Amino acid sequence: MRKTALNAVHRQMGAKMVDFNGWDMPVEYPASIGGGIINEHMAVRTGVGIFDVSHMGDIRLAGPQALAAVQHISMNDASRLAIGQAQYSALLYPQGTFVDDVIVHRLGEEEYLLVINAGTREKDFNWVRDNTRQFDCAVENLSDDFTQIAIQGPKGVDTLQKLTDADLSAVKFYWITRGTVCGLKNILIARTGYTAEDGFEIYIPADEATSARAWNEILSAGKEFGIVPCGLGARNTLRLEGKLPLYGHEISDTINVWEAGLDRFCKMEKPEFIGRAALEKAKAEGVTRTLVGLEMVERGIARDGYKVLDSGGREIGYVTSGSPAPFLKKNIALAYVPLEFAAVGTTVKVEIRGQGVGAQVVPTPFYKRPKK
Amino acid sequence: MAYPTDRKYSKSHEWIQASGTTAAIGITDHAQEALGDIVFVELPKVGAELAAGKGFGTVESVKAVSDLYAPATGTVTETNADLATSPENVNKDPHGSWMMKITLKNPGELDALLSAADYEKFVAEEAGH
Repeated sequence: MRKTALNAVHRQMGAKMVDFNGWDMPVEYPASIGGGIINEHMAVRTGVGIFDVSHMGDIRLAGPQALAAVQHISMNDASRLAIGQAQYSALLYPQGTFVDDVIVHRLGEEEYLLVINAGTREKDFNWVRDNTRQFDCAVENLSDDFTQIAIQGPKGVDTLQKLTDADLSAVKFYWITRGTVCGLKNILIARTGYTAEDGFEIYIPADEATSARAWNEILSAGKEFGIVPCGLGARNTLRLEGKLPLYGHEISDTINVWEAGLDRFCKMEKPEFIGRAALEKAKAEGVTRTLVGLEMVERGIARDGYKVLDSGGREIGYVTSGSPAPFLKKNIALAYVPLEFAAVGTTVKVEIRGQGVGAQVVPTPFYKRPKK
Repeated sequence: MAYPTDRKYSKSHEWIQASGTTAAIGITDHAQEALGDIVFVELPKVGAELAAGKGFGTVESVKAVSDLYAPATGTVTETNADLATSPENVNKDPHGSWMMKITLKNPGELDALLSAADYEKFVAEEAGH
């Protein structure tokens, strides 16, 4: 099992650990230190929480043709990125389906950093390397170089500001800066996250002592804001409320961009990128299924993989992610259904232990953070 | 948490507290701890027949779905209605939050279950794996 540099810290704090794609990761922390999925989730919605997300991977592309390489392998338009800006994007197969979703950061004039998922690290790196050979651009796997810590929630900015000389108020959402953090020089600070909340992700050296020191300093700095360490359990419920896709669930190698509803991150006006031709064809032919949000109207919790039925009990689709939503206090799910069942207000059923339980198509995202 | 000695325990982490031919059934502190925040408890209807070792209901936490297994054979006489609206009571007080009461068909069945001390040992061994 692979471990992040903070593994011993999580265990010391009494976290419940699980195998996540071959990584030994905290799923939740004990109630005695303010943990538990519901508490952790609420801390991020109302205050601040921190997550060890060092299992995420990082790929650096640098060189005269770095932009051309990024444009070729990703669906969003990286030419629009200013230095210091980031964008949500995806790597696609020629069929228009997903290798992975990524955040593309433009670090310099000819330098980009792709942040990728833990479970797809090797696959992604090989994909990027193999599909950018024709470009004058170095591709480096930096996945093991960083401890990545996410500081998320409305009080994330106040927490991190206590530990850095960078002016965080000047960093807009999906922009990055560099600064001294916890005494560590030239640290990459990105105003990004996977919680549908304001927050930051910092990339610090991956040695255990430095990582543990930074983690503990952030916890101390956030104490006045009720900071809570958060595990993968809360990470999942937070991203689900915000309808942020998870690889292997809402997106995969058998689901295309249109079905996943990620149109606004896919720039067809770009002349060329892997997957573009197939997507053009798919668009012309029309999609037959789409991702919708469901809210349970009868008593029951939809879970990943459960069948979606029409009101007559016929199987029409499946749940990609389903869970109680701790902030919304509803049982919600994302599901693929045929287009004719996608309208808000449509009544469907979710099969739970052999029983059809009533649910309704609702607008998404389920949760949107309040504008300041 | 110390396991009360006034009841028996199953290897599937339920407890059963008998008084004559009536018994209350719940889940153990270890079970609630493993599940995390409990948000849903699904129980059989009054009058349902339970068979020892067979599934009788479901408990769900935010993250997980877990089947409940009957520690003894019997007929359901009462279910704890509070758990429909306050399932978190199982986290707060697992050994006080009974899920249902049954009439035991064969009280002797309980002899085959674990004592508090043996259950504690069983849990420690499981954790060691």
